[in-house]
Amino acid sequence: MKIVAVCGMGIGTSVLLKMNAEKVLRTLGVDADVEAADIGVARGMARDAQIVLTSEEFASEIGEVAAKVIVIDNFFDLEEITTKLTAALPE
Amino acid sequence: MSETLADELSDDAIILGAEASDWRSAVRSAGDALTATGSTTDEYTAEMIRAVQELGPYIVIAPSIALAHSRPSPAVLKTGISWVSLANPVEFGHSANDPVRLVVGLAAVDHDSHLATMSNLAGVLSGDIDRLLEATTPEQLRALIREHTQ
Repeated sequence: MKIVAVCGMGIGTSVLLKMNAEKVLRTLGVDADVEAADIGVARGMARDAQIVLTSEEFASEIGEVAAKVIVIDNFFDLEEITTKLTAALPE
Repeated sequence: MSETLADELSDDAIILGAEASDWRSAVRSAGDALTATGSTTDEYTAEMIRAVQELGPYIVIAPSIALAHSRPSPAVLKTGISWVSLANPVEFGHSANDPVRLVVGLAAVDHDSHLATMSNLAGVLSGDIDRLLEATTPEQLRALIREHTQ
């Protein structure tokens, strides 16, 4: 499964989000590839992804994609990431 | 594991109790500290401010915490971080995480060589930062960070 973590510049928030998402996925025992991207390339990458993780500012910018777009408020809150990812994962 | 966040924060990188009237001043302080460590030129500070102007306050990534940064550019001389605690909380306009009490400045030379730094940062900033914000000297801050690091 492919997940894209999106932010504005590709070095900060998306990296943090990717790291914490990977931690959560490991705990959940889910096998997925998480890539960090800035909003410029994220739209293209989102076409092949099942899930997009991002902050509120970019959620609308991702555009029409088949992937589920999940907005995370607190990038350090593993509980928030776990709850929202679990809800979005296919059963 | 000898490299912790504390090891990456020299005295120059730390500003405690910074006076900032608005988010631009707050980000500017983080930028000034990065420049003071030789990590960036002044142009990077302008780039960080422009980033928020253009993209909104997405850098406020958790309650009270902003991660000021911009893309790798010629204004970044080497990877670095800065730590600016604010004397008074500042509104950045974020819908969930305002007001900001801590601005961490981040400068990276490319998209991945700072990953260890990011990992250290995540380790320190997850959980309660109130104690870290009480530090009044750089030595105290570094000691608190070391205690706080798992």
